Amino acid sequence: MRLTIKSEELRDDLIKRVEDLSRQGLLECYQCGKCSAGCPVVNEMDIIPSEVIRLLQIGQLDEALNSKTIWVCASCLQCASRCPKGVEFSNICDALRQMVLRKRLSIPRVDADEVSAIMVSDAPQMGVVGALRKLNG
Amino acid sequence: MEERIGVFVCHCGSNIAGVVDVKRVAEELGKYPGVAYSTDYTYMCSDPGQTMVKEAIKEHNLSGVIVAACSPTLHEATFRRAGRAAGVNPYQVEIANIREQCSWVHQSDKEAATEKAIKIIKTMVEKARLDEALDPIAVPMTHKALVVGGGIAGIQAALDIANAGYETILVEKGPSIGGHMAQLSETFPTLDCSQCIMTPKMVEVAQHPRVKMMTYSEIEDVSGYVGNFKVKIRKKAAYLDRDICNGCGLCMEKCPAKTPSEFDEGLADRKAIYTPFPQAVPNKPVLDREHCLYFTNDGKCGVCKKICPVQCVDYEQEDEIIEDEVGAIVVATGYDLYPIENLGEYGGGKYPDVITSLQFERMLSASGPTEGEVKRPSDGKVPETVVFLTCCGSRDPEAHMPYCSKVCCMYLTKHAMLYKHKVHDGQAYVFYIDVRTAGKGYEEFYTRAAEEDDVLYLRGKVSKIFQEDGKVVVWGADTLSGKKVEIEADMAVLGLATVPNAAARELANMLKIHTDEWGFLAEAHPKLRPVESLAPGFYLAGAAQGPKDIPEAVAQASGAASKVAHLFAEEEYHREPIIAWIDEDTCAGCRVCVSVCPYDAAEFDDEKGIAVIKEAICEGCGACIAACPSASAQQRNLTDEQVYRMVSAALEG
Amino acid sequence: MKIPYYPGCTLHERALDFDVSARECAKAVGVELEELPIWTCCGAVFPLVSDSVMEILAPVRNLSYAAREGDKVVTLCSFCYHVLKRANKVVRDDPEKMEKANLFLRADTDAREEIESYTKEDYEGQVDVLHYLEMLRDVVGYDEVKKKLRRTLDGLRVAPYYGCMLLRPKKEMEFDDPEQPSIFEEFLETLGCDVVDFAMKTECCGGFQIVADEDLAVQCSRNVVGSALKNDAEIIVTTCPLCRYNLDKKQHEMEKSVRGFKKIPVVYFTQLLGIALGIGGEHIDFSDNYVDPRPVLAEKSLL
Repeated sequence: MRLTIKSEELRDDLIKRVEDLSRQGLLECYQCGKCSAGCPVVNEMDIIPSEVIRLLQIGQLDEALNSKTIWVCASCLQCASRCPKGVEFSNICDALRQMVLRKRLSIPRVDADEVSAIMVSDAPQMGVVGALRKLNG
Repeated sequence: MEERIGVFVCHCGSNIAGVVDVKRVAEELGKYPGVAYSTDYTYMCSDPGQTMVKEAIKEHNLSGVIVAACSPTLHEATFRRAGRAAGVNPYQVEIANIREQCSWVHQSDKEAATEKAIKIIKTMVEKARLDEALDPIAVPMTHKALVVGGGIAGIQAALDIANAGYETILVEKGPSIGGHMAQLSETFPTLDCSQCIMTPKMVEVAQHPRVKMMTYSEIEDVSGYVGNFKVKIRKKAAYLDRDICNGCGLCMEKCPAKTPSEFDEGLADRKAIYTPFPQAVPNKPVLDREHCLYFTNDGKCGVCKKICPVQCVDYEQEDEIIEDEVGAIVVATGYDLYPIENLGEYGGGKYPDVITSLQFERMLSASGPTEGEVKRPSDGKVPETVVFLTCCGSRDPEAHMPYCSKVCCMYLTKHAMLYKHKVHDGQAYVFYIDVRTAGKGYEEFYTRAAEEDDVLYLRGKVSKIFQEDGKVVVWGADTLSGKKVEIEADMAVLGLATVPNAAARELANMLKIHTDEWGFLAEAHPKLRPVESLAPGFYLAGAAQGPKDIPEAVAQASGAASKVAHLFAEEEYHREPIIAWIDEDTCAGCRVCVSVCPYDAAEFDDEKGIAVIKEAICEGCGACIAACPSASAQQRNLTDEQVYRMVSAALEG
Repeated sequence: MKIPYYPGCTLHERALDFDVSARECAKAVGVELEELPIWTCCGAVFPLVSDSVMEILAPVRNLSYAAREGDKVVTLCSFCYHVLKRANKVVRDDPEKMEKANLFLRADTDAREEIESYTKEDYEGQVDVLHYLEMLRDVVGYDEVKKKLRRTLDGLRVAPYYGCMLLRPKKEMEFDDPEQPSIFEEFLETLGCDVVDFAMKTECCGGFQIVADEDLAVQCSRNVVGSALKNDAEIIVTTCPLCRYNLDKKQHEMEKSVRGFKKIPVVYFTQLLGIALGIGGEHIDFSDNYVDPRPVLAEKSLL
């Protein structure tokens, strides 16, 4: 596990794009981990929310974009609500998802054709629409 | 006489010369009317630099001096002394600030910076051309100090001032002196018993012949100015004569009314007539009217009055206003803990076993409600797992306080260690963001807790605490392993932020001394004048100025006391003469100046029918000068004429 | 008193039990909920990225419809409330986005003759978005509600579940304290219930993840249900069809995964209100509930 940090990659355009899209200053995060501590879906994440921000702080955008974490987020906003620095991880997550979905960098987490028939016939419409908009783009 | 001004342009190393073309500046100024001599030098403030100024004064027979350098708050005094030594009146020596107001802020445009520096100096030359020779104003002084706040800082300040030979009044709003330090169990990093080292100081100050201790008293009003303050102190009704009371304690024993004890942070009750703790100084009770049955139940109780062997209980007693005069005031009003109610994610105070750091101190204290045993409030059980949380309200600009409260890392380490000393097979966890151990022996103390006492430090901030099924469940994170961490504990202790004492902001307003946006008292200079307020005559000590631990509070108190002694060392107080005066020939007696003066220095002279300025009081704020419709109010060495000329010089070209 | 009402898709279809009970309760407390003559889906989720304009068009369009009917609009579904309220704030705070959104609204007018009269005016945030609970508290008044009650729900141990969307983000929703809210508790106290405080009342039920990852969402809802049960609640109330779905219907999954799992009914707050107001059984429909609340209600003689 070795990482060579290249100064020119630390704040490259794509990282700045994350900041613009999410309207969050990545450097404001002081890595206290409170977002991770309160996240209700952290069990299913491969890296915890504060680590995603850390990866972005050290210029590792691809690792963040490839994480499972960004697809697990339920946008419950608890992380944003409690962050002592006002960094809204939920928004960063949405930005990363959008970067993937808009460029079709990977297969969307939810495929409209594959939402189970039971869900479509049984679940509240808002749930189906919400999932498709957040996770399919 | 034709003015002969000398201009001395400082390079300040590269601070100024790196941006401003100092040679060109000196050359330009040499051609300016009234300037008899102009030069530049690497460091004007150095010994050779000052010598250069002195020699030039003599050689060129200078009548005034401009040093173009840094802010006047730094070296104005230096060059005024140099001027005086060479025979120029200090008030004819001026500083032109071409560093903070020029080179530092215009680093990207050297040409413009040079032009601006020239203009700044020209304006000061214009000012200096009309500067009069002035002398400091001497005013009489009361050599007696007032210390507000009877915690460790106030006690130390009072002792040091009294020991320097001056009378001191120590005012404390509670029934006893001692402050928060008296509540603490043991102190980091040495683990000496807080009360054991505190009580001798309390006794010493109470018995000091030059200290007048006034407990259960509050500052009602302060007027006047440095050297000559008039203070009114409200001695709150204790409903007993504390001079007669012999402190036998019978009344407290028999009083039937109970209320949660402030000293024990609500973990135990006190009586309505009470001393806050057994070693209270003075060890004489006060009666808390709000909870007394005599007052709340139509005079039906009266037990204390019946039982008092010296007949000192007096239900008719009223507050008393004591007036006195002092020359200096030390403000040592201390801190409060940030309210637990504001931390909703930790229960906001609704869970019995999620307690504050001061509650835990009382629990650890041998004289506390559990006699030093760690027992959780809900059921009295000894907790097997305790979680300690740093930064509860600190370092949280979004919802709480943005600053670091400085002492929490250390006292929570102490808490965890003392818990382990009392409950050997218990487990202590400390959630932290950074463990800050900047102090002598502090890092070693932390290391000892982690290595020898098996305190497990987890790097992460807790997001939520709740109590369910008798367990205190803590949702935290261990950012070092990248995991969310859940701990089922028996008790949690919150390291709440340190905030200024609730009443301190109000007091600061009354005293007209500055606070920062959080209500901490503002020091005159963050590095070089840390124990003084900007308002002359006021000195700062302890946590009222910012979060600090005991040794720092004591050091600052001693520093403030030495400043008071320094002030009192002179028979009279010498004030700056840059104040207002009234032109008697033109004053129409409209009294506008009297109404605008914030210091009550402008008053109306009935005999002459004009306004006059009391020199001893005027602060030179300029309010009357701006308000005067006939331009009769003028500031010495900042007359209208001078200001016009300065503005003209600035606008020229 | 008539107040414009935005039901939203789910209440129009799968959560009719919520919609019908709410309309009847409103009548009983003296409010006529007037459904907007035209409305569309609000979009269900609020976009958290900065360059969103298309994503707020749906809520802004609905708000502009509401603007023709009055100065406020009431809604029930937490998601609708969240999306409408935040979109409203975008319009109020971001002139550029307001202008762009209105450009689209004007285009609507050209395309759809029948609603021409509707969208002529620009929408500039003139409507206040109210949640039904806020309407009860601030427009009707809990005291007034209390006067209209036919019975109180004494002894019924109710856990109020807020979920996420009503409370967060605090600065935009301005609904209640996000950590220790009280509007729901006060409402239930008005009905005479024993309010059960439980630690998970503001934690997530899994939300839309139920569609993508059922196990994940069930973990969340199990956590919420478990916390209510630990505190001896007999019934959970919600303000959100998705929460209702996750907490109620997914108890089917919880039964499978947790040994000795005890079920607990989950109902809409308007259904309890309806019972207290003495509204007829046909309007308080529990046929869609997985866990039938009728036994516990019958036990307390509330049916």
